[in-house]
This record gives sequence, structure tokens and C-alpha cells, in this order.
Amino acid sequence: MDLSRLHRISNWQWRVDPEGKMRVPAVLYGDEGLIAEMDDKVLEQIGNVACLPGIVDAAYTMPDAHWGYGFPIGGVAAFDPDGGGVVSAGGVGFDISCGVRTLLTGLKRQDLESCKEALADSLFRTIPAGVGSTGKIVLDEIEMDRMLEGGARWAIGQGYGRAEDLDRIEEHGCIPGARPEAVSHRARQRQREEMGTLGSGNHYLEVQEVTAISDDGAAAAFGLARGDVVVSIHCGSRGLGHQIGTEFLREMALTAPAHGISLPDLELACAPIRSEIGQRFLGAMRSGINCALANRQILTDLTRRVFAHFFPEAALPVLFDVSHNTCKEEDHETGSGRRRLFVHRKGATRAFGAGRPDLPAAFAATGQPVFIGGSMGTPSAIMVGAALRPEQAFASSCHGAGRRLSRHQASKRWRGRQVVDELRERGIIIKSPSMRGIAEEAPGAYKDSTAVVETAHLAGLSRKVATLEPLICIKG
Amino acid sequence: MTTPALGSAIEPHAELFPHDADVGVRGIGPTRDSAFEQAALALTSAVTDPAGIASQEAIEVTCEAPDDAYLLVDWLNALIYEMSVRRLVFGRFAVSIEGNRLYGRAWGEPVDRARHMPTVEPKGATLTALKVVVRDDGAWVAQCIVDV
Repeated sequence: MDLSRLHRISNWQWRVDPEGKMRVPAVLYGDEGLIAEMDDKVLEQIGNVACLPGIVDAAYTMPDAHWGYGFPIGGVAAFDPDGGGVVSAGGVGFDISCGVRTLLTGLKRQDLESCKEALADSLFRTIPAGVGSTGKIVLDEIEMDRMLEGGARWAIGQGYGRAEDLDRIEEHGCIPGARPEAVSHRARQRQREEMGTLGSGNHYLEVQEVTAISDDGAAAAFGLARGDVVVSIHCGSRGLGHQIGTEFLREMALTAPAHGISLPDLELACAPIRSEIGQRFLGAMRSGINCALANRQILTDLTRRVFAHFFPEAALPVLFDVSHNTCKEEDHETGSGRRRLFVHRKGATRAFGAGRPDLPAAFAATGQPVFIGGSMGTPSAIMVGAALRPEQAFASSCHGAGRRLSRHQASKRWRGRQVVDELRERGIIIKSPSMRGIAEEAPGAYKDSTAVVETAHLAGLSRKVATLEPLICIKG
Repeated sequence: MTTPALGSAIEPHAELFPHDADVGVRGIGPTRDSAFEQAALALTSAVTDPAGIASQEAIEVTCEAPDDAYLLVDWLNALIYEMSVRRLVFGRFAVSIEGNRLYGRAWGEPVDRARHMPTVEPKGATLTALKVVVRDDGAWVAQCIVDV
């Protein structure tokens, strides 16, 4: 990215003043190296977001931002319904409520040594992953409606998990306002056999070791200590979310002119929050969020069953479950007072700090955990929402390392078998149905997650708590 | 002696083009129908090698859209839907476009994870880098980014 187009606010924050049709500035988080490495498309895309009606304060990108479609991945923007604000299917993305759930195991790394290979094999057999995989649960129409309204609460009612899990999930496992009737027949068909499946691409289930603690207080509150083993599950709303995104993107792009909206990029397809289609999308998208929460709940249950075979005492409580492709209604202090806003986070994580009334009780004093995914061979991180006032970027932080190379470039540079063998030499077991998929997801295809985490910390988006290194990775 | 129509010498082919997180699919051919067929082939090649797919089953797709660009997105999304719901991969396509209506057929077989080694599941065809155009040499180009 051409840095001369940006004003440096601090070492970790850059600004583009409104120009052309931009209604607000664009603010980019990242150190000089991360910003310079970003594609110019990121700047173009966040500039386009800043043109949308009803946008409040600024359009933001996180340190892991990269070229997306419409919104950049790692984009955050909030809209005020009282100011003609919009809701955007492109601002949420196809994988509605894709997110990360982390489970504590109570185990240390050495506990795994004698059974690591068997545990990896068992997880790979049990967790449906990759193209063409199906879950064991097939939902009829009535049960589908219940799932779309109930989210993780529905899954627990079906026997997949424990009631206390709900205390450790955003929205307590079930976002209100879902409208299953707004979810099409085709979206339901795509989900029919996909409950409890991981998906493919960058989705994973990873067994990880806590290798460093940066914040003793927050780590203790989260139940984390050096040497601990945790399990992180990264996936979303599967075919149902993809189809909802597909359908509303098209409909919103085609109907935008009728709402007087001139789209700088078709993929920013949006509609006024208070329009019929805007409300219908919110109802469908919230159903998609509940689908993702139910999906991660079922995968949690499958994971617990596998661990119970090897470690009968390991209960695998949920540390937290965060989503990073959403639009949520939240209260925020803005440049013009406290307002109820629709905050889009596409490839960005909510990062509420201590004292936020909508935090689960377990995190009221610390702030919420924020999970930053690394890659199969590079560290992930657990951070905590910063309690800064004013909040940064509507209390948001990054969600992953962000890609450095495209899938195309990665598959030309690496062979899957080579990646698996190299990681095995470092003690990391990779299980996947697709060697080409592994090549596309090679650690070298991703940016340095350490730099992304460090910048998020220094910029005050969230604070470092713990570093996680992969031990076993189940890839789709 | 007759002069060949512009574009008639274009060899139909499918390409993938890079995108940071996802993948671009591009079909090039002497006609619009051909470019759409090749774009579908590019979609498959993002998942697996189309040459390794047997034509055991055929499905039919009909789409209607306000312009060629939306028609391409609808065509690819219809295929993504069929791949997802029927757990199929397709290796051969036939497209016929009349006005704003597309009639398509796709031939393929159920996903065999051991043999096809599928890489990613396409989530949806996007409106990004979307275009259906005729190049100066007469070739039709149909392309967009697919979220995977």
C-alpha cells in the first residue's frame, strides 16, 4: 500500500480523510510494515465502505486486513438507523458468524505425549471435515426452525453439551431476533446434512499448547497457565449461511437503486436498516448466527467424546465462543453521543472491555476473550478486550493472521505432503482429507500472526494474554 | 474465400486468478455460452482436477437475470448449490443463453474424497471482479471471485 496516501496518527494508526463520496474518514490499524504489506485494494475497499449511508464516525480496518469482496476482510463499520443507516450482506460475508470457540482441557502437554497420534486419528475420524463431509444429524423442517431460533441453546437441549456452556458464548448461545421464515428453502437444503461439520478452507480444529502468558491476571481469570492444552474450533454457519449471503447479496445489489443508494462497489450490497429487505436480512442473518453457534456446540460435544476416551476426567469446559463475521446491534459512545448502532464486523472480532453491561458475568471484570487464529505452523493468541475510553473501532479487534499469498500462489509454492512432513518434524500433527488444501493453507501463506497480535495490543484494540502453539490440527 | 468471424479462433479455456483470501474464476471462449461453460470449469478446478471427474450424472439448471454479469453469478451459484446439496463434482458443462435466460447442463459424479482430493468447498460466487465482456480479439471473458 502506498503510505503517502495516509496520515500517520500514531505508530499503529493511520487515517484517510474523507474525499470524493466518503462520508467519514477511514482509519487503518497496523504498524508500518503491516500497512505497507497490505494490498491497495484494502484502502479502496474501506474507502468505499466510508461512502455508505448512515455510517458513523469512521470505517476501520484491523491489523490483519486484506482484500475481501465489498468490505475488506478485517473491516469494521457501524450504521445508525436514525441516520438512514444500512445493513449490508457484503459487510457480513458469506460465512455468517464464522468464529472460534476455545475449550480448556485441564491437561498439560506431557499428558498428551503417549497418545497424541491416536488422539489426532480419533479426532480426524470423528470430526466431519472437508468437501463432501456430512454430519450425523439430519434436520426436518420443524427441527430446523427450532435450531435457527435456538442456536447453541437448541443444541444443548438435544443433548450436545451442558447448560453452563451457554454462559461462555456470545449472546449466551442464542441471538434474539432470528426469523427462520426469512431463511429460504435452498438455504435449509444446504444445511440439511451439514450440522456438526467443520467445513474446508481455513477452518480447523486445533489442539494447542499455551506456550507463553503475557497477562497473569487475565490468564488466571480465563483458566490459562503455561503448558496447558486447549482446543480451538474455527468454523461457521456452513451451507445455510453461505446461501443466505448469496441470496441477499444479489437482492440487495439489485434493489439498492430503489432505496436511493448508489453503490460504489456492487459487493457492498446493502439496504436501509428500516426497510423490509433490511429487516428480512437481519432476521435471516441472525438465524445464520444461531446456526453457527449450534454447529460449534455440536462440534464441542464431538470433541468432548473423543477426549473422554483418552482422558475420562477431562470435562473440556468452554473458555469462550466469539464470532467474527456478523452485524450486531450494540450501544456505543460516538462523536455525537451514545447511540444504538448496527456494527458490521467482517473478519473482525468483538472485543468488549471490562464493565460492558452485555458481557457474560464470567468476564465482567476482565473483558471478553478475543481469539486470534494463526496458521497450522504459527502461533494463535488469546487476547482480552481493552477497557479503553473511548473504545477503539467500536470495541473490535483482529481475527487472524491474514493471508500474505493467495491460494493460487500458495499451491504453486508448496506441496501438501512437504508441509505435513515439515510440521511433523516440529511436533505438529496435521490431518486433512486434502493435500492440496494443506498446500493452500501452508503457514508461509499467512502473515506473521505475532506482528498482528503485537499491533492490536499496542494500538489498544485488545491486550495480549496468552500465546498458543499448535500440536494437532484437523483441517477441512 | 470467407473471413473467419472475430473470436472464432479462440480456444476455449478456464483460468484461476489470484485473490487474497479467495479465488478468481475465469472462462474464455469464442462465444458467451462457451465462456460461461469455461467459467464453470474454472470453478471446478478450484475444487479438484476436472479431468478426473466421470460424467455419471447430469443435472439441469435454468437461470434468469437482468444482465450477463448477474447471469454468470446466478449460473455459478446454481452449480455451487447443486454441488453442496447433491455432494457432486462436475467436470463437463453445456450452456445455452437466450436473451436473459440461461439453460445449463452439468455432468459429474459424487465426490470421492480419496480420488478427487477436493481442496475447498465454494461458498458463493461474488460480485467482485465480476465481468462478462468481449475482448478486442473477439474472445468472450466471464469471470468473478468465488468465496471459498
